[in-house]
Amino acid sequence: MNSSASPLPVTVIGGYLGAGKTTLINHLLRNADGKRLAIMVNEFGELPIDADLIEAQDDDLISLSGGCVCCTYGNDLSMALLDLKELEPRPDHVVLEASGVALPGAIASSVSLISGYSMDGVVVLADGETVRQRAVDPYMGDTVLRQFEGANIVLLNKTDLLDEAEQDALRDWLQERAPNAAIVSSSHGKVPPALVLQSNVMPDDRPRAGAHIHLDDRFQSRSLAMDKPCDAEDLAQKLAQDHVGIVRAKGFVKDFNGTLKLIQVVGQRFEVTEASEDKSLGLVLIGTDLPTTMEELNGIVSST
Amino acid sequence: MSGITIYPAQKIITMNPSNPYATHVAVRDGSILGAGTLEELSGWGEHEIDNRFADKVIMPGLVEGHSHAMEGTLWRYCYVGWFDRMDPDGKVWSGVKTIDQVIDRLKEAEATLADPNAPLSGWSLDPIYMNNERVSRHDLDQVSTTRPVGVLHASGHILNVNTKALELADLFKTGINHPGVPLGNDGLPTGELKGPDVMTPVGVHVGFDRNMFDCDERGLTDFAKLCVRSGVTTATDLAARLPDEAVEMMLRVTAKESFPARIVPLRFHHGVTPQELIEHVQRLRAQSTDRLRLGMIKVVVDGSIQGFSARLKEPGYYNGAPNGLWYISPEHLREIINQSLDKNIHIHTHTNGDEATQLVLDCMEEGLKAHPSRDHRFTLQHCQLADAAQFRRMTKLGMCVNLFANHHFYWGDEHYNLTVGPERAKRMNACRTALASNVPMAIHSDAPVTPLGPFFTAWAAVNRVTASGRVQGEHEKISVADALYAITLGAAYTLKLDGEIGSIEAGKRADLAILEDDPEEVGGENLKDVRVWGTVQDGRIFPASELA
Repeated sequence: MNSSASPLPVTVIGGYLGAGKTTLINHLLRNADGKRLAIMVNEFGELPIDADLIEAQDDDLISLSGGCVCCTYGNDLSMALLDLKELEPRPDHVVLEASGVALPGAIASSVSLISGYSMDGVVVLADGETVRQRAVDPYMGDTVLRQFEGANIVLLNKTDLLDEAEQDALRDWLQERAPNAAIVSSSHGKVPPALVLQSNVMPDDRPRAGAHIHLDDRFQSRSLAMDKPCDAEDLAQKLAQDHVGIVRAKGFVKDFNGTLKLIQVVGQRFEVTEASEDKSLGLVLIGTDLPTTMEELNGIVSST
Repeated sequence: MSGITIYPAQKIITMNPSNPYATHVAVRDGSILGAGTLEELSGWGEHEIDNRFADKVIMPGLVEGHSHAMEGTLWRYCYVGWFDRMDPDGKVWSGVKTIDQVIDRLKEAEATLADPNAPLSGWSLDPIYMNNERVSRHDLDQVSTTRPVGVLHASGHILNVNTKALELADLFKTGINHPGVPLGNDGLPTGELKGPDVMTPVGVHVGFDRNMFDCDERGLTDFAKLCVRSGVTTATDLAARLPDEAVEMMLRVTAKESFPARIVPLRFHHGVTPQELIEHVQRLRAQSTDRLRLGMIKVVVDGSIQGFSARLKEPGYYNGAPNGLWYISPEHLREIINQSLDKNIHIHTHTNGDEATQLVLDCMEEGLKAHPSRDHRFTLQHCQLADAAQFRRMTKLGMCVNLFANHHFYWGDEHYNLTVGPERAKRMNACRTALASNVPMAIHSDAPVTPLGPFFTAWAAVNRVTASGRVQGEHEKISVADALYAITLGAAYTLKLDGEIGSIEAGKRADLAILEDDPEEVGGENLKDVRVWGTVQDGRIFPASELA
């Protein structure tokens, strides 16, 4: 890998068997929007990729449509990630499917140690119909619960099978077990890719001021101009609070001392890093009922 | 037809209950014609008498039912273990007793490296015996600041590296937040790396790369030398991915006339679907030769007890650590078991904690209802914490067990004080209970985790002494006779090879352990010190002193 290249973002997708990981991954592949995804899987079932997306297959690597690839990592994830760094052309984003019994949070902290990669977020799926039953399984219950602990986003699946009261109760139950996550409902894993993958939040790194896009019937993407300098850490922290409706945020802002900062937020996790000077200012938010201006955002934050 | 050779011996312990002792053994074409008196054996016709074992004691070639051929590969690295240990060439490396001695030995090895950038790797470090004093990057920086240095712990779960290695892996920085990477007062990693996920990214810079785990030609050859030195004629390699090129290499190497052992590699379950796994081992089974027995599966269910990654039933870890990790889901395990029962494929499962063992028993019970199998001999490997009720279930389900009987010696004190507490530490590797429950039992070394050496493992099962000298589990001790059975026929049975090997009787392979001492005479407390002259494998004679 070119050592000057920026770290490759990794999203970990976790959750117990049957929670919908495969469906989500295929949905991401179908809506990759020009991004080259590298899917890494370690699951015991059939290859979790729809047949029509597969272009070619050799022993180690499967080529998918749109320049995406898929590989399995067996029992040595770290080694597979070291190998993946050598891949040409370089993928834009790694989507790592944790095995049904793995702890996604633990995987995320291990990935963050491997040079050349950066953690983008941990998305844990929950099967709305069965998750509470799974959580008391004598063998797997504690594993199922520990999977939520490390989540930045919990994707509550199969909500079409639940009435509103059941959904609300389940969301509260999940929030207790995933205190740092944004809890997002979905059916059949059909959520906007930008919700799951930071690379799709602002695909060309160019926020368009004022743009307001309905990603689907629930989720929006909103761009805010960020012309004025601000305290980047403070802003990121506000964006990561659980009551502002933001699931993800990404943007470039100017700090009070004039340096350009990259803000990335997923659930209640945020990160502020220095950005190269050629980026244009602006912030993109993904979520529901988003604030339309900075003033409004400040209002929501300070009213609590 | 080649000729008949009759070997007189001081004593032959046959392990054949209908003919337990003999003075002579007759061999033809790599097979045993019989064990008995010279007169009895002379009836086979024209023969040669070979007196070279006349003053030796002969046992069936020993069977190591749970080892890894990687033991052969590791000897290319610098040995820094606490205990004296013999290398493939027969040199005994003295144990190192202080961190200073560890550093001195690494320095000696460092001085022999010509390439200034080559990594220096050590193995088998065990700070448990050094008052748990931790090795830091500063210690290893004394060995070299310019080349990466890494030392693997005996358990295989921890790696210590120097500053250069951390730099190469881009981990020499502050702000790391990971339970497997302890930080010093300066906020920088101490150089200790715990768990495979953390070890691998640095391990590749200090010589511990994937090639170490996929045994190569020299590693396999060296492993076989260690077999001869410990009286072993059949050993498992448990487990490997077994890609085509590795199988090709193993077929070629084991076919050499000079190769002295029968190797039984198991394919582990990771990285492929159950369907692919089954298809792979079916393909492998067809490639089997006499000296390379392919076609079995190893399934890893949980982690290790001393690494707190084993799955324990209530009341869990003695020190309150959270329960360990599952390495496979029940659904996945069930699928592999069902398909294997259906297709007559032999599985060995790794379970350390009793909850993991319980899951395997549950899946077996269910699987056998749908896929009855009269003689599957699925074997629970390690199975260290199994309780009496679980052993009773194993009998009913037709399962075998291969217990990690020498674990008490190396880590017994740790288990007693920290991991499972006194009561369960005393029942760990409950050999007596296994035999009392009629579970077919083997005992193992898990080499390279502990040295390949069935007599040592047998000694550990007989005496249950820990490294600190305490007897741990008086009531789980077994007799010398039971221990000798476990390292011969007992282990052969778990591999479905008991019709071919494991005893000295007519029609079996001429696999013999040639001993300087009589294991029945030396007494249980000296069993570990039985001297091995060498082996006979398939009638071919391998004196340990003449290994090339």
